[in-house]
Amino acid sequence: MSTFWSIWVSVIVLGTIFGCWWLLLATRKSQTTDTETDRTTGHSFDGIEELDNPLPKWWFYLFIATCVFSLGYLALYPGLGNFKGLLGWTSYNQWEAEVQQAEARYGELYAKFGDTPVVELAENEDAMKMGQRLFANNCAVCHGSAGRGSLGFPNLTDDDWLYGGDPDTILTTLHQGRNGNMPAKGMMPNMTSDQVDQVVNYVLSFSDRANDPEAAEAGKEVFAQACSACHGSDGKGNQAMGAPNLTDDTWLYGSTYGWIKETVMNGRQNQMPAQGERLSDDQIQILAAYVYSLSN
Amino acid sequence: MSTVNANLTYNYKVVRQFAIMTLVWGIVGMGMGVLIASQLVWPSMNLDFSWTHFGRLRPLHTNLVIFGFGGSALFATSYYVVQRTCQARLISDSLAAFTFWGWQAIMVAAIITLPMGLTSTKEYAELEWPIDIAIALVWVTYALVFFGTVTKRSTPHIYVANWFYGGFILTVAVLHIGNNLALPATAFKSYSAYAGVTDAMMQWWYGHNAVGFFLTAGFLGMMYYFVPKQANRPVYSYRLSIVHFWALIATYVWAGGHHLHYSALPDWAQTAGMVMSLILLAPSWGGMINGMMTLSGAWHKLRTDPILRFLVVSLSFYGMSTFEGPMMAIKTVNALSHNTDWTIGHVHSGALGWVAMISIGAIYHLIPKLWGLPAMYSTSLINVHFWLATVGTVLYIVAMWVNGIMQGLMWRAVNQDGTLTYSFVEALEASYPGYFVRFIGGAIFLSGMLVMAYNTYMTVRQKDAVAQDNAAAQPA
Repeated sequence: MSTFWSIWVSVIVLGTIFGCWWLLLATRKSQTTDTETDRTTGHSFDGIEELDNPLPKWWFYLFIATCVFSLGYLALYPGLGNFKGLLGWTSYNQWEAEVQQAEARYGELYAKFGDTPVVELAENEDAMKMGQRLFANNCAVCHGSAGRGSLGFPNLTDDDWLYGGDPDTILTTLHQGRNGNMPAKGMMPNMTSDQVDQVVNYVLSFSDRANDPEAAEAGKEVFAQACSACHGSDGKGNQAMGAPNLTDDTWLYGSTYGWIKETVMNGRQNQMPAQGERLSDDQIQILAAYVYSLSN
Repeated sequence: MSTVNANLTYNYKVVRQFAIMTLVWGIVGMGMGVLIASQLVWPSMNLDFSWTHFGRLRPLHTNLVIFGFGGSALFATSYYVVQRTCQARLISDSLAAFTFWGWQAIMVAAIITLPMGLTSTKEYAELEWPIDIAIALVWVTYALVFFGTVTKRSTPHIYVANWFYGGFILTVAVLHIGNNLALPATAFKSYSAYAGVTDAMMQWWYGHNAVGFFLTAGFLGMMYYFVPKQANRPVYSYRLSIVHFWALIATYVWAGGHHLHYSALPDWAQTAGMVMSLILLAPSWGGMINGMMTLSGAWHKLRTDPILRFLVVSLSFYGMSTFEGPMMAIKTVNALSHNTDWTIGHVHSGALGWVAMISIGAIYHLIPKLWGLPAMYSTSLINVHFWLATVGTVLYIVAMWVNGIMQGLMWRAVNQDGTLTYSFVEALEASYPGYFVRFIGGAIFLSGMLVMAYNTYMTVRQKDAVAQDNAAAQPA
């Protein structure tokens, strides 16, 4: 902050504290007695009178003590404008110190597994106990504590993968995150509502779900234009771009006519946040092995 | 002592109206609180309607109890006290009536808009911009009536209760207008004039002073009249009232920063919020001491007068929560208590123990006077109410202390490898017993309010009860 605001802040902070102090001392000085009295101020309001009793001593010293503590605190910690305080403390460096402390204390525990290949690590009981705890802390909020996912959040225990379930792909997903984006009406922004109905029926026919065969037949052409670029002409998807396989029984957003129609009409956006900046490489290695172990 | 003008009468009509609405909003607002407390125990109590969901009813609960119940109690008592201690009638009956009907309309607007999900999302300032403008209008009128009446007083000095009421009225006007500045987008949607951490600081400058001025300074004004009046004793120390008044209003406005410890708020503002909160301990206790010590020489009255018992126990809760507050404002304590139920417990030891109990005591004192009667219909029912209120409050705050400290400890517990021991859901599951006890405590407190409503109804339907619209200042 500028020098002006720094001085402004300091003056009003100290002014408030010393103002309280002055008020206390001035009031105490004007006291006519140190002990309790029956004398009133002579005022009467609706019959209520006020005694001229002195400030209670213990209360007076309590007040002074909080002011003294505060002045000491303001000398040690940042509070008076740009003055950094004698200890040089900031909330940021407190956080940094705690992170370093944690790394010093726990880093080795993870480091001893960091170089083990994922497949091998998945067999290691100790590593998988740690992996389960890492998963509970960082992944369970979306994927569920058992990793079974829910609407919009992939199930990690089956062998169906949007981006691939080999160790390297899982590591990439964890480090960098994923952004899934299906545009509304695929590549055909001007798809008519009849065409939407047709393509939904066609998609239902992939996995032999109840559909209107006539509409499904008509939907074949719509699918070729709107969907096949990502999902493939056979609807089997494309892991390179995270386009789901539409021919199996696994559905991220529901498998009924209504759900699929909503997906086609409005598209879907989905995001798996990158963990690379939150967790260490060693922790991610263990986590990848844990995720791998869920379906292998 | 000056002589009272023989022709002077006081406007009791507006006092009576607000006193009745204190009861009505108390029951509705606390009922809403019990309902949302039950939702935390039995989620199906959300009833599956968007407008009965916890997220929409919780702000309605806080608005109705703070502004409906607490606000009406403050209007009623401040209009009563300012007239009697200034020996002057309110400057305008019609402006006073405007504040009454305006305030009630605002509460009805809250009941309609908040369940619809119309909210500015600022805690205790959720009402959208057209209602905010109405609040500002009513509040400025309130200030005119109050200060106008103080100005034409026939006493040489201004009584300490009126300092506190005056400080509360002025500061709440500044806080309300400052925090609610916004750019309207549609009839019921607006965007705050502040962005990011500035918005957060404005919000908690307002939010903590909603506590400091609305729920503390105003009610200290109430305390300074009804405690000495009910005990029939002089105020303990005039000197103490001077020091604690000025120190309280000077330091309270700083305290908001303690809501934003370890946030993006610059460190200096967090530090200022913390040290001022600590300094606030003594000025707060000054009010408690002055109230408590006013009873010296009259302690025996507590055995027979449950109204006085309400007033004194409210001061004990006030002393306790104003000790707890500065402690929770210390960064290291706050790191444990923040976001836990401890905060909810702290608020309610103030809201139920202090604000509600002092208001209840004051209203019991007022009701017979407003109907020209010597006493309430039943003193033993006041006593029943006293015990229901005390037991309800204690159950509530103990449950929240236990829950809060448990949650804080569970959230920070780590395993040997540095991972968190408990997931959020595990801490939530462990909180269920506390939520149940809180629900019971709240329900007991609410049942006390129903007893009060019954007692009031039986009082005013007695055949010699006559509603006093214009009470003579000078008894005939």
